[in-house]
Amino acid sequence: MYVAVKGGEKAIAAAHRLLRQERRGPCDIPELGLDQIAHQLKFAVDRVMAEASLYCPNLAALAIKQAAGDLQEAIFLLRAYRTTLPRFAASLPLETDCMRQSRRISATWKDLPGGQILGSTFDYTHRLLDRSLEGNASCDPAPCAVQETADNKAFACAAESQESPETPESAGSAGFRDTGSFPHPPRLPRASHALEQEGLLERSWSAYEQERQGRMEDAQTLAAIADITRDPLELPCDRPEDRPLRLQMLARADEGFLLGMAYSTQRGFGAVHPFTSELRRGLVECSIVPEELDFPLVIGELEVTECVTISRYTGTALDPCLTQGYGLVFGNNERKALSMSIADRALRAREMEEEETGPAQNPEFVLLHGDNVDASGFVQHIKLPHYVDFQAELSLIRELRKARANKAQDGAKDGAAKEGTETSGGAQA
Amino acid sequence: MQSQAYDAGKPAQDSAPNESDAQHIRAEHLRLLALAEETPLEAFLDSLDEQGLLPGWNLARGPEAGLVMIRGRIGGQGQPFNVGEALVTRCCVRLSKEQDILGCGYVLGERPRHAEMMAVLDALWQKPDLAPLFDKELDPVLARALQARYEADRAQSAATKVDFFTMVRGEDKD
Repeated sequence: MYVAVKGGEKAIAAAHRLLRQERRGPCDIPELGLDQIAHQLKFAVDRVMAEASLYCPNLAALAIKQAAGDLQEAIFLLRAYRTTLPRFAASLPLETDCMRQSRRISATWKDLPGGQILGSTFDYTHRLLDRSLEGNASCDPAPCAVQETADNKAFACAAESQESPETPESAGSAGFRDTGSFPHPPRLPRASHALEQEGLLERSWSAYEQERQGRMEDAQTLAAIADITRDPLELPCDRPEDRPLRLQMLARADEGFLLGMAYSTQRGFGAVHPFTSELRRGLVECSIVPEELDFPLVIGELEVTECVTISRYTGTALDPCLTQGYGLVFGNNERKALSMSIADRALRAREMEEEETGPAQNPEFVLLHGDNVDASGFVQHIKLPHYVDFQAELSLIRELRKARANKAQDGAKDGAAKEGTETSGGAQA
Repeated sequence: MQSQAYDAGKPAQDSAPNESDAQHIRAEHLRLLALAEETPLEAFLDSLDEQGLLPGWNLARGPEAGLVMIRGRIGGQGQPFNVGEALVTRCCVRLSKEQDILGCGYVLGERPRHAEMMAVLDALWQKPDLAPLFDKELDPVLARALQARYEADRAQSAATKVDFFTMVRGEDKD
């Protein structure tokens, strides 16, 4: 049992003052602005938004500033703030096919329909420290001179031509894409489309798509999606229909934890041998049906990273085929999107009738330990005063030692006595 | 709240086709207003005010911040799931003289001013006497700005379009 302590108010207040002072640092250094954090430390902001499960770059930047760069602390702050807000609505599912892509790559198809765009990336850099960043370099007015090359034009044309044939069929219930004068982002086909057509990719989710087009997805289906912020987690959570809930938990899980899980499966603690079928990053429109209106309304664009990994399947649940893992994360966060898709696939072990050989295949292990607000709260609480618990522990140890010593003594005495009787007996004999 | 919204969102089969057209157009207008920067909205409201065309309005709701649960689909096209929440600001207004017109503004982020301007412009755009002016002077400005943003973003990433070549390795030639 935890017994609380009292007192220490003055010291605690002083400690918090000191923290504020250290966060600000020496006064001759200019203070960080939120826009500086939001734009120059964007990866930190994106990570905080994803793991706090709240998309709002400004507040994430504020949380990072307040936490003096401790990202997990910032995540905690933003997660806590989230609980103070009412929920207005739930969005219609994002149409990531219509993402305005700033990056799109595939490790399986060299000639991807629609082309591969590297976008901004750390890949292929040499990881050498750039000493030129030491000084305060002035901002380059044309940081990325846009080359009006033939390639560039071809890409623009490709995107436009892809838009037109898709338009009539894509005018579904949610999106009005068939309008003349209003600019809409083009729809780009998925890399795995051809595999699906050929039947080499598992059919589970494409079947769902056909079902959806046949019978319009109604309010009940959407309202019935499991939500970990409203419904408790029910273990073992390993059925195919638990996948949406697992994905929600993975989307807010700690990036480092997911990375470790994904790595463990690749090293052999699990049965995932993934290829990156497609990785996309960009802005995607978000629509809701607000209370006041009876039609969907676009409320803005969100930046997301989406990753589909495919891995071979030679088990018994399906014919030999490729199976898919999916990752979707707020902001620019490829490492996490990729790790999420591998972890998602690994967690489908039971559905796929695979032998469980690693922790990444165990939903209880992954889902219950991946949340860093939970984890850091539980691990860090042991810093707080536990004087009474510890006294209890200490007295228990003392009792045990005493008991053991007594026992040993008694044993020695008994032994000596027995020996004594034996010897005396022997003497008698 | 959420399920009610969706019940209301079921296809309105009983409504006349021209009504759904009007709804469709309004949805497109709202989209332009939500995706716009605040500056052109402000400039347009100022110009309406100068021409004496800006009526008074009352706040029916907000502006207030809240959450929207963002959903994705497995594989981009499969079963829906919850990704996480996003902060939104909403605002609803009624015109002082025409109480039956409700303007509605929902925008991502903490942007009370944007949400209110969106709601006011939505309300005014529904007025038959103002709609032609909006169609002529606001719609093309916003559509052009959006198109320009699309072009700029696309051009920037297009410079990084890549063509990979697979290399034939020595041990493969047989």
